[in-house]
Amino acid sequence: MLALDARARLGDFDLDAALAVPGGECLALVGPSGAGKSTLLRVAAGLLRPQYGVVRCGDQLWLDTAGGVDLPPDRRRVGFLFQDYALFGHLSAWRNVAYGLAGSGRAERRRRAHELLERFDLLDRADARPATLSGGERQRVALARALARDPAVLLLDEPLSALDASTRSRASRELLELIGTARVPTVVVTHDFEQAALLADRIAVLASGAIVQTGTASELAARPRSAFVADLTGAVVLLGTAGRDGDLTRVDLEGGGSVASTDEATGPVAATVHPWEVTLEREAARHEDSARNRLGVEVTSVTTVGNRVRVGLLGPQPMAAELTGAAAAGLALAPGVRAVAVFKATATRLVNR
Amino acid sequence: MSRGAAFTALLTAALAVVLTFLALPLVAIFLDVGPGRLVASLDDQGSVEALVLSLRVTLVALAVIVALGTPTAWLLATRSFRGRTLAITLVELPLVVPPAVAGIGLLAALGPRGLLGPALDRAGVELVFQTAGVVVALVFVASPFYIRQALAAFTALDPTVIEASRTLGAGDARTFARVGLPGARAGLVAGGALAWGRALGEFGATLVFAGSLGGVTQTAPLAIYGRFADDFTGALALSAVLVAVSGAILLAVKPAGGGRVLGDARA
Repeated sequence: MLALDARARLGDFDLDAALAVPGGECLALVGPSGAGKSTLLRVAAGLLRPQYGVVRCGDQLWLDTAGGVDLPPDRRRVGFLFQDYALFGHLSAWRNVAYGLAGSGRAERRRRAHELLERFDLLDRADARPATLSGGERQRVALARALARDPAVLLLDEPLSALDASTRSRASRELLELIGTARVPTVVVTHDFEQAALLADRIAVLASGAIVQTGTASELAARPRSAFVADLTGAVVLLGTAGRDGDLTRVDLEGGGSVASTDEATGPVAATVHPWEVTLEREAARHEDSARNRLGVEVTSVTTVGNRVRVGLLGPQPMAAELTGAAAAGLALAPGVRAVAVFKATATRLVNR
Repeated sequence: MSRGAAFTALLTAALAVVLTFLALPLVAIFLDVGPGRLVASLDDQGSVEALVLSLRVTLVALAVIVALGTPTAWLLATRSFRGRTLAITLVELPLVVPPAVAGIGLLAALGPRGLLGPALDRAGVELVFQTAGVVVALVFVASPFYIRQALAAFTALDPTVIEASRTLGAGDARTFARVGLPGARAGLVAGGALAWGRALGEFGATLVFAGSLGGVTQTAPLAIYGRFADDFTGALALSAVLVAVSGAILLAVKPAGGGRVLGDARA
């Protein structure tokens, strides 16, 4: 169990966040850059001392500013993966890994380092200098090095951001496997909700130094507590003012038009809907269906993402829809085309602003 | 001519003037002596003695500077504390102090009637008119050249690499030895060469503090000055050797290929 509670001045806002991660769980800290994600990680590792803070790992107290306890980083058993991996350029791959294996004899350290490299399929690169390794190989050397100390917690700072798209899927699979087998509390920092959903059991959303919501990826997507969280999960966010309309809530949108929701709310709200809940109709083909919400929009972009097509739309406010390729082709969608975005009141979530 | 080409021509002209001005006196030394007389005058016992003494004292001074300056630079580079800026300024001060003033200051501090004179006397340490005094003067004058370079080299290290070392269980001392020193090696070597070169050419502080006793405190620059009035050729020959040695030191530590040019980082 890793428990962390920290308060620190951070740029022009205060960081004030607490988190607890049981052994074997992976918690993702997600939020925009500058929200304080990396700061929390650095507080846990002892690389940064907050004005106030308590860090506990199992039954060990690593930091207690009030009690005058502050273990230096080298006495906290953390496996830290740096964003740019921070490999030692003057040491070969195996010596990088062996760096954390203090104490034992040279032959034993060499054997252990090679073992770890083999686990990451890097045995043939053991004598290579970091500069000659590919991005993916560098990441795996850094992971092997972080594990060499037999860490009590794993702290991963943007583990995939330094990789190009082609390497990323393999790297994320390996990372997932590593997190699964490590059986220690793991905290992964990322600005990408999809990566967080992929790697972590739970996600804590950090905004301007505070944790605004914690939950599983699907909880956050289904029940965002704020427009900020909804936006982070990739949902469409429409701002407006809510009022009762029979047994539904009607939201008059800024910029014109209105949508209905089964959620209850009054006053300024954000109506959110997932792009995959939004269907498109050509204006000419108007017909009756059960969906309550219909907004006139203009197509601004059409992008293929894997086997889906993401359609950027401009209605009263910018929004997006995700369709299958066949559906998009059938509608002959292209920038400038007028259409109607249709979604159900039951798929429309409301959060107060 | 385009504006860019005109600017390049201007830069080239400036470089040509600078190179000519800086190199001409040095080239003149060699042209004046001629190889035959150069070798002949090196047979002179006083000259050889001065050269050997110069090499000895500068190497000892360099060892002292590196041994004390490296940890000093690491501390200044890795820790922020009150008075850090003041400490850096003090370290750099000898750069701008005239060498003669440095010699007077050393006399006032360490001379027989200086601040610490009685204490040194009790301890049996004699510096003035002694070879050890030359080393003291050289350390005082040359150490900023090394410490400044070392500080720059340490602060240019990637901070996350230092942090990585710490999270891998290495304390500050091990991080210094295993990551700091190797990472800053090029800068440390360059700083050492600069300090050595400065020490080899040292004149004023040595003369004022340690005097110019043949075989004891008369280093090559002092010997050159001593010959200058009545044996100009001898002075020239010794100068030529000193220029050659200093040039060789500088060349030896220049990275192959002439080092980085602004914009190289793109590659």
